[in-house]
Amino acid sequence: MASASPDDIEFRSVTKAYGAVTAVRDINLAVPKGSFLALLGPSGCGKTTCLRMIGGFEQPSEGKVLIDGREMNGVPAYRRPVNMVFQHYALFPHFNVAENVAYGLKQMRPRIAQGEIDRRVAEALAMVRLDGFAKRRTHEMSGGQQQRVALARAIVNRPSVLLLDEPLAALDKKLRSAMQIELQTLQRELGITFVLVTHDQEEALSMADQVCVMSAGRIRQLGTPQEVYDRPADLFVADFVGKINRLSAVLEADHATIRLADGTALNVGARPNVPAGAVTVAVRPEALRFLGAGEDAAGRTVSGTVTHRIFLGSGVEYAVDIDGLGDFLITADRGGHAAEESLSAPGDRVRLAFDPAAVHVFSSMDPA
Amino acid sequence: MALQQETRKKLVTLALVGPAGLWLFVFLVLPFIAMVVFAFGKRAPEGGYQPAFTFEQFANLGSRAAAFVNTLMLAPVGALACLLIAYPVAYYLAVKASPRHRLLLVSLVVVPFWTSLLVRTYAWMYLLGARGIPHLLELLGIENVRLINTPGAVLLGIVYGYLPLMIMPIYVSLEKLDRRLLEASADLGAKPVSTFFGITVPLSLPGVMTGLALVTILLLGEYLIPQLLGGGKVFFIGNALVDLFLQSRNWPFGSAIAVTLVVVVVIVLMIAMRIAWRFAGTRQVDLV
Repeated sequence: MASASPDDIEFRSVTKAYGAVTAVRDINLAVPKGSFLALLGPSGCGKTTCLRMIGGFEQPSEGKVLIDGREMNGVPAYRRPVNMVFQHYALFPHFNVAENVAYGLKQMRPRIAQGEIDRRVAEALAMVRLDGFAKRRTHEMSGGQQQRVALARAIVNRPSVLLLDEPLAALDKKLRSAMQIELQTLQRELGITFVLVTHDQEEALSMADQVCVMSAGRIRQLGTPQEVYDRPADLFVADFVGKINRLSAVLEADHATIRLADGTALNVGARPNVPAGAVTVAVRPEALRFLGAGEDAAGRTVSGTVTHRIFLGSGVEYAVDIDGLGDFLITADRGGHAAEESLSAPGDRVRLAFDPAAVHVFSSMDPA
Repeated sequence: MALQQETRKKLVTLALVGPAGLWLFVFLVLPFIAMVVFAFGKRAPEGGYQPAFTFEQFANLGSRAAAFVNTLMLAPVGALACLLIAYPVAYYLAVKASPRHRLLLVSLVVVPFWTSLLVRTYAWMYLLGARGIPHLLELLGIENVRLINTPGAVLLGIVYGYLPLMIMPIYVSLEKLDRRLLEASADLGAKPVSTFFGITVPLSLPGVMTGLALVTILLLGEYLIPQLLGGGKVFFIGNALVDLFLQSRNWPFGSAIAVTLVVVVVIVLMIAMRIAWRFAGTRQVDLV
């Protein structure tokens, strides 16, 4: 016990194997008190296994999981100071809303007085804005309401950590955005640590203050949403978090110039950590800018033909066949309320400039 | 157009339920009506049925009270005994057994059905008879144990014969029980015992009620087991009916007993259904 305020959750060299399959390999992770961590990755990356090891539904094969500085190996789920919002909510079908929420309180020993239980249930329901729903049957409620019941049921015990397993996956897009804001608000109000598991990068980036990108049982990158998006540690992270255009190129000996397949040389600034030679370049769709007729951006321009235009409302997405390089995805602002005529159309010849800071260069040796 | 479609729909419905309906009408409804008519009739002097309208047969039910008492006692007690043994087995099969062995274990439950209950009950007759277990006990110095032809023997035969019918519905309801509910319960601080009685048992009640109703109803009409293991001393309604129809040829009295039994079965069934539905009603959508 080194520090006075230990991290809420700590993974020390945690490995979890199921027979010959290793779900999680040598994970080291510390989640500070009061933070909102998202475990992000494709299905099968081990994120859910990590969450279940915190919840006590799985035990690590090797290493230790600590909660509040206390080692949790061998401690069953019902003795852990954490609560979970399950993926499909797992509401008890034979209980109504209030009974579901009260369930955790009724397990407490010494027993809590009924009046106190009622008070805390009402408080939790108010917190998720479900006042007046106490007597409802859970299967009579919409997905969004069920999700709030699950949330109320999990926070009513005042856990030191709240675990959320793909909590928004079953909701439609509009409801999902609303719940994202609500979860964030709730986390701030409660001041407890949230650990969210999701495969949806938008969800992770918008809610969490720390994002842990995982693949194949390992942590690829841990950082703030901005760090993970703007400075991806490897090609996998770049690809998984947001969209990228991928190019093969050669990094010259100066570690700053990349030569593209068509011979174009681009100065992308010093990249001392990438070995010279074959590299893979990842370019975000918003890192390419359309150049006006007279504009120039010396040494960083390419030309191409627009093949598709996808209108997104707030912006426009173009597919551009760049001469000698192939298809690129480019997103552009509409530039206020530009008239449709001012937008590029399929068949148009366009010139584009790279934003060198937004060009990510990875050694082609990197696995992705 | 619309009318044609209506007609088509009706024809399809008729084709689907017609054959079964006809079968049930000819072989269930008509005989039942005949039975009700017989029940109010008189025994012909040479045996059989003589038309009449009298409550004499029903008034006489008391003379077969023993059969009713035995049946109405041993059927529910047998069903409850089955339940006590079946629930742990079903729980083990559905929750604890490894998925790899589950199919094998479940089929082992059903395997006894592949041989005739008659043969298996004869085996029990021998085991409980003088040269069976009592003989072994005698060798150990325990004398004068009588097993065969006792209510205990009938109960044993009942549990043995009907256990699979109790295990299966409970197994099915436990098997489709959402494991995440058990995890959620543990997550909320419930010890395994609390989870079992607070979540598992209530959510398996439809299976329990189905098993109880199934076994009880079949037991109410049981004939074979009391005949072989009760040896005429532990008499069920089924045995009384065989006796009345085939031996003493008192059809009206037999019919009266049979009609009374049907009424009892219907009442039991309705009560069981009502209880089962009350629980089933709360778990419609979520468990899929």
